[in-house]
Amino acid sequence: MTDNNLYQYILGLADNSLVLGQRLGELCGHGPNLETDIACTNISLDLIGQTRSYYQYAAKLAGEGATEDGIAFLRLEREYRNVLLVEQPNRHFGFILGRQFLFDVYHLMVLNELQNSSDETLAAIAKKSIKEVSYHKRFSADWVRRLGDGTEESNEKMQEAIDGLWRYTDELFKPTDAEMAMALEGVGPDITQFKEAYYKEVTALLEEANLTVPESKYFTHGGKIGVHTEHMGYLLSELQYMQRTYPDMKW
Amino acid sequence: MTITEKPNIDVTLIPILESVSDPEIPVLSVLDLGVIREAIEVDGVIQIKLTPTYSGCPAMDVIGEDLEKAFSEIGKKTTVELVLAPAWSTDWISEAGKRKMEAYGIAAPLEETADKEALLGNKKIVKCTNCGSTNTHLVSQFGSTACKALFKCDDCLEPFDYFKCLK
Repeated sequence: MTDNNLYQYILGLADNSLVLGQRLGELCGHGPNLETDIACTNISLDLIGQTRSYYQYAAKLAGEGATEDGIAFLRLEREYRNVLLVEQPNRHFGFILGRQFLFDVYHLMVLNELQNSSDETLAAIAKKSIKEVSYHKRFSADWVRRLGDGTEESNEKMQEAIDGLWRYTDELFKPTDAEMAMALEGVGPDITQFKEAYYKEVTALLEEANLTVPESKYFTHGGKIGVHTEHMGYLLSELQYMQRTYPDMKW
Repeated sequence: MTITEKPNIDVTLIPILESVSDPEIPVLSVLDLGVIREAIEVDGVIQIKLTPTYSGCPAMDVIGEDLEKAFSEIGKKTTVELVLAPAWSTDWISEAGKRKMEAYGIAAPLEETADKEALLGNKKIVKCTNCGSTNTHLVSQFGSTACKALFKCDDCLEPFDYFKCLK
């Protein structure tokens, strides 16, 4: 069952939200100031809530005693299907917001189509999530604009983040076998069709924010098929520690 | 509001449902909040369908447990199921709920367009819950819980929460 396209497709959606939620959760109590700390953890909470809905559905499909916690916490690194972008570390606030913005634009496009999925559960999760993710994008776009168009230093740091993260954007539009199969069945969108609109929207905001759109054509792929960057292992060791040490523990 | 959005609630269960409140906003009952989509008795068991305000809202687990506890006090077993569709909207908060919320110090959600203007800082329309002035400004789009934004009054200088419009 777990090699089924629908199951793998759900994991892809869920893992993106889980891993980004985990990254934002790392900021709890460590944000640059109280308001942004609360904002980042609020977004984390939304994403992890969405993840739970996806994993509950995946666990139901997998059967045989599978649980949302088991899927979230007890897989090996190579079994996570998230894109490389969301696992990139919180180097500084520019990276946190840059990563968020580059993902939010994509996330909203996916959810917008997923609302019309032929799969009722996925359509319901998308309809719920889209309201939350619209808020996320408003927040991240606002900060990219503010930092890019701010002081010399804030502009420099925001540019550094965009330059550093740009190489992970192409992967968003490179479909896996599961994504292609689900697009054919009307379950998920054909993500390749978003590429042009995505770069157009991102470029418009970066220009408005006084930032330069990177010219580099060097892109890194692999997260979606389980080949992650070196940061993923550290993230998972923190994420999985409690369940690995005390299996089935509950708060 | 379309027909499918109307909750199916057995009127005899209303007094007990009204006694269960949102743990984060204790003046609001689960009925005021509009999160109960179904509450009926089938073969002696109370079946409740609950819908979350926000996906990750931790209050939902607590509300589920509180509902089971409230019904167990009258000797009834309860099953609580979480449903996502149709998605919850701030339109489902009752008028009485909105008034209670304001009295508690949380500005009630504005209509969608007005909400956007307020959250983008274009217009000063969110009323201070302390002095009633609309001379207020947005401090943060995200507040103490997922459903609220943080505002500050520029007249009485009091900070307050605003319940964001969700549609």
